[in-house]
Amino acid sequence: MNANISEFCVEMQNIHKFYGPVHALKGVDLRVRRGEVCVAIGPSGSGKSTLLRCINQLESISAGRVLLKGELQGYVERDGRFHPLSSGQIAAQRRMTGMVFQRFHLFPHMTALENVMEGPAHVKGWPKEQARKKANELLDRVGLDGFGGRYPGQLSGGQQQRVAIARALAMEPEVMLFDEPTSALDPELVGEVLDVIKDLAMSGITMVVVTHEIGFAREVGNHLVFMDQGQVVEEGHPRTMLASPQNPRTAAFLSKVL
Amino acid sequence: MASDVENIATGFKPVAVEKPAITRNIVVPRRHPGRWLAVAVFAILALQIGQAVSVNPNFHWDVYLTYLFSPQVIRGVGWTLLLTVVAMTVAIVVAGLLVVMRDSDNPVLRGIAYGWVWFFRGTPIYTQLLFWGLFAVLFPNLSLAIPFGPEIVSVETKYILTPAMAAILGLGFNESAYLTEIFRAGFNSLDRGQAEAAQALGMKPGKIWMRILMPQAMRVIIPPTGNETIGMLKMTSLVLAVPFTLDLTFATNAISNRLYLPIPLLLVAGTWYLAITSLLMVGQHFLERHFGKGVSVHPTRAE
Ligand SMILES: Nc1ncnc2c1ncn2[C@@H]1O[C@H](COP(=O)(O)OP(=O)(O)OP(=O)(O)O)[C@@H](O)[C@H]1O
Ligand SMILES: [Mg+2]
Repeated sequence: MNANISEFCVEMQNIHKFYGPVHALKGVDLRVRRGEVCVAIGPSGSGKSTLLRCINQLESISAGRVLLKGELQGYVERDGRFHPLSSGQIAAQRRMTGMVFQRFHLFPHMTALENVMEGPAHVKGWPKEQARKKANELLDRVGLDGFGGRYPGQLSGGQQQRVAIARALAMEPEVMLFDEPTSALDPELVGEVLDVIKDLAMSGITMVVVTHEIGFAREVGNHLVFMDQGQVVEEGHPRTMLASPQNPRTAAFLSKVL
Repeated sequence: MASDVENIATGFKPVAVEKPAITRNIVVPRRHPGRWLAVAVFAILALQIGQAVSVNPNFHWDVYLTYLFSPQVIRGVGWTLLLTVVAMTVAIVVAGLLVVMRDSDNPVLRGIAYGWVWFFRGTPIYTQLLFWGLFAVLFPNLSLAIPFGPEIVSVETKYILTPAMAAILGLGFNESAYLTEIFRAGFNSLDRGQAEAAQALGMKPGKIWMRILMPQAMRVIIPPTGNETIGMLKMTSLVLAVPFTLDLTFATNAISNRLYLPIPLLLVAGTWYLAITSLLMVGQHFLERHFGKGVSVHPTRAE
């Protein structure tokens, strides 16, 4: 609760995550300042998705602490012990974050507009009209004005992902989490989604983005994290780090993808 | 060949400037002599059967017409419909509960749900109905009491577990076991990402079930549940075991025993069961259309 904690929007302290015998995260520390665009890169299986999913409690952590704006996630700490929160309290904490998935996960039985309205109308409990107005504004913002009446099955991958971004934004989260938002898209559709994310970054919203788009990291990011085998191997400013990586593992990875 | 290529390279324009008007191909419809032959054969067969049935005095069509709308039969239709709808409602509610219990983190709830399905699927419906009928003999009084302590209220069982009630609970509980499996298959068919996307929005578990998972699972659940409902309609003819004596089959049997004419009354019962089934199928069609939203709009797209 003191000043040096709340300076960070996301703070992960010594996070460990086990999937049975698999040690997916091995003591990860990560601090993301307000307004920062933190980009995480690394080879497949290095734990990037797991890290992101620990932030919004889609995975429970095995050890360590996750703090959002200084607030411990998932537990109340009393006398050095962790008391789990109720599912309702966890749901309330998740409203601080918005997540965009690799495979979109739009609700197929709702139109694009209904997908975006779902959060404001049925989680925040806004009146229908207000939620609809907000949803229309957001669809406009992601360049999908006039597509509100279509079902996800009637949209291209790039359009679906932009609806998914609007759906997450509709909850007005403090932090946006992107897990490889362009990996499931045809190459010609990647640009339209990255442009939307770039716009968001410019607007000053805090983001953590897992991606393989090194160009995006260099252009938009202001904090680059390289992960390998469940650990943060190196972090720093994207341009310096991409130009002259200090760790040999970072250098090896970058030489393959650049 | 080589000269053609050269011509193109030097700016030769081989394409005609004028576009000819499109003339559609003239398609002659294929002939299907086999179909006509089949139609003829079946038409003759249908006529012969129709004649044999309508003229045959053993069918007693006059009796059939007299009793088709007789008050006793109509009352039976009403009760059968009521039993089907109420027992199915009980079954759906219980199965919905059991599905959530089976998915819960609480091992006791999971165990109860598992045991329920095991028991009701594992014993014959006829035995269960006999048992519900005898419940009042086993437990003459139902009472609310502190265990091993004083009673708070007590009622005679026969006032609560009337034959109609016993029939409904018997049919409903038995059916709930089968529906649980159908519902479970429906929910298991969903992508885990759907629940995660809803969680990421900050939605609470109850809302996720009701707003995100259930409407999607319905697509998979409705067709087999429609089957089960039609099965339930016919299963109501077993409530004689309770004994419950107002349903359609009991009514038509009673009349035919009185008249010594089973055939026309069987036809009466059959007509009504067919009519109710048709009604249920219409209902199913509309439910399927409602929950098919977003899927049937673009059936060729697999995503
Ligand atoms: N549900 C799970 N059960 C068991 N192991 C898992 C599970 N999810 C992830 N893992 C393991 O945890 C490790 C980290 O996985 P994670 O998905 O976080 O990697 P990633 O960096 O996102 O990879 P990618 O770039 O391929 O998406 C991997 O070794 C993976 O096999
Ligand atoms: Mg991943």
